[in-house]
Amino acid sequence: MANGPAIEAVGIGRRDPRRGADGWLIRGVDLVVHPGDRLGVLGPSGAGKSVLLRAVARLDPIDEGSIHWQGREVLGDGVPAYRRQVIYLHQRPALMEGTVEENLQYPFTLRAHRGRTFDLARVEAILHRLGREAGFLAKNARDLSGGESQLVGLVRALQLDPRVLLLDEPTASLDPVATEAVEGLLGDWLADRPDERALVWVSHDADQARRMTDRRVFLRAGGVAPEENV
Amino acid sequence: MKPYIELSYAQVAMAAGLVLINGAISVMLRLDLERRLLIAATCTVVQLLLIGLVLEWVFRVDRWYVVLGMMTVMTVVAGIAATQRTRFRYPGMRSRSLLATWGSSWVVAAIALGAIVRVRPWYTPQYAIPLLGMILGNTLNGVSLGLDRLGGELAARRDRVEALLALGASRWEAAREPVREAVKTGLIPTINAMMVVGIVSLPGMMTGQLLAGTSPVEAVKYQVVIMFLVASGTALGTVSVVLLSYRRLFNDDHQFLDSLLDR
Repeated sequence: MANGPAIEAVGIGRRDPRRGADGWLIRGVDLVVHPGDRLGVLGPSGAGKSVLLRAVARLDPIDEGSIHWQGREVLGDGVPAYRRQVIYLHQRPALMEGTVEENLQYPFTLRAHRGRTFDLARVEAILHRLGREAGFLAKNARDLSGGESQLVGLVRALQLDPRVLLLDEPTASLDPVATEAVEGLLGDWLADRPDERALVWVSHDADQARRMTDRRVFLRAGGVAPEENV
Repeated sequence: MKPYIELSYAQVAMAAGLVLINGAISVMLRLDLERRLLIAATCTVVQLLLIGLVLEWVFRVDRWYVVLGMMTVMTVVAGIAATQRTRFRYPGMRSRSLLATWGSSWVVAAIALGAIVRVRPWYTPQYAIPLLGMILGNTLNGVSLGLDRLGGELAARRDRVEALLALGASRWEAAREPVREAVKTGLIPTINAMMVVGIVSLPGMMTGQLLAGTSPVEAVKYQVVIMFLVASGTALGTVSVVLLSYRRLFNDDHQFLDSLLDR
């Protein structure tokens, strides 16, 4: 995987399904993610950042273009296997009924993660870095604040060892202390295996984008503005 | 067994006069239902008289194509009616409801006519039409409840369904809970009816047979057959419409097409 791109999205276009033929949300967008990338997706509200990220995660249908994973187009029954490697994290992750621990165990019941088991010690170590102690696991998901839900969503994804994380404003509901902890955790996660892992980060915060990304794509009105390399 | 008493139109009119009780209640309590009562009472008389005339004709003609035509009309009306009161709709819902209602009720009716009751010829209207009618009436409810619940569950759990997909779930794994809830909802009324049948109320068909002079044990045998026909027709119809809807709302790329779901 070290040589070629991990994800290659070519000429991505998605229409608003409720507006029909001319309602393009994004169009003609190319996005290449290499192992070790820390790629930022920036742009004003409504520019199509989340639409692009969701399309790259293959969560929404695209009307134009194609998405490739390690050189192969991601289609049909290959999609769940792809999403096992490339996890999209929603701004407000939806949690299942039950405790935090049950939420973290749930993905291991899916076929895509068959053969792997929930690692309590590892999860506790991640939570500790995020300033949450073991008692947090017993909390009911219903009682979590928006920020806590975002942390659970992040831990739920990280424990699955994805290759690429598609992060849609992952610190939007967090206070500055938790934001710093998340940035540190994700930075270390990538630095741990830079030849395998990559981050794509949607952020409104220009300072955060500078801190957390090396390369940035700007979207404006559904298309790519010239790429800015730092 | 006492002979069957034929009703004159005057006797029917006497029964219709009882609707005045409802009217009086509406006036006394100012329910403002008089107009609707009048319309409902008129509908009851007109619709039943019309179907009586149609059935008279179908029974007299006694041709397979006439019976088949009648069965088709009943099925289409049931399939369309099943989608009338659902809170959510999606493009293609009506055709799927029609397909599920048609397939399930006709399969069960064929088993009933051909293998269980062994009606010869199969299209004898005295059997084919009421049997299909009873299966359809219940299948329609199952299909309608299943569709309504599936839409409601998917809309309420939209974010969870998507979170599961994002974590690598297949479309089936993501939709499994809403699908199960929808099928369960469609089946519960039939199961409830089977549990209390004969205790809380005597079913309409059995009552009809008793009034017509059939011995209670014979009437019960028929009613048992009907209950199981209805249960299987409802189960098949509900499962079919829920699975067909699931296939419409989740594509081959394991994506949830939530934009298709309209309130």
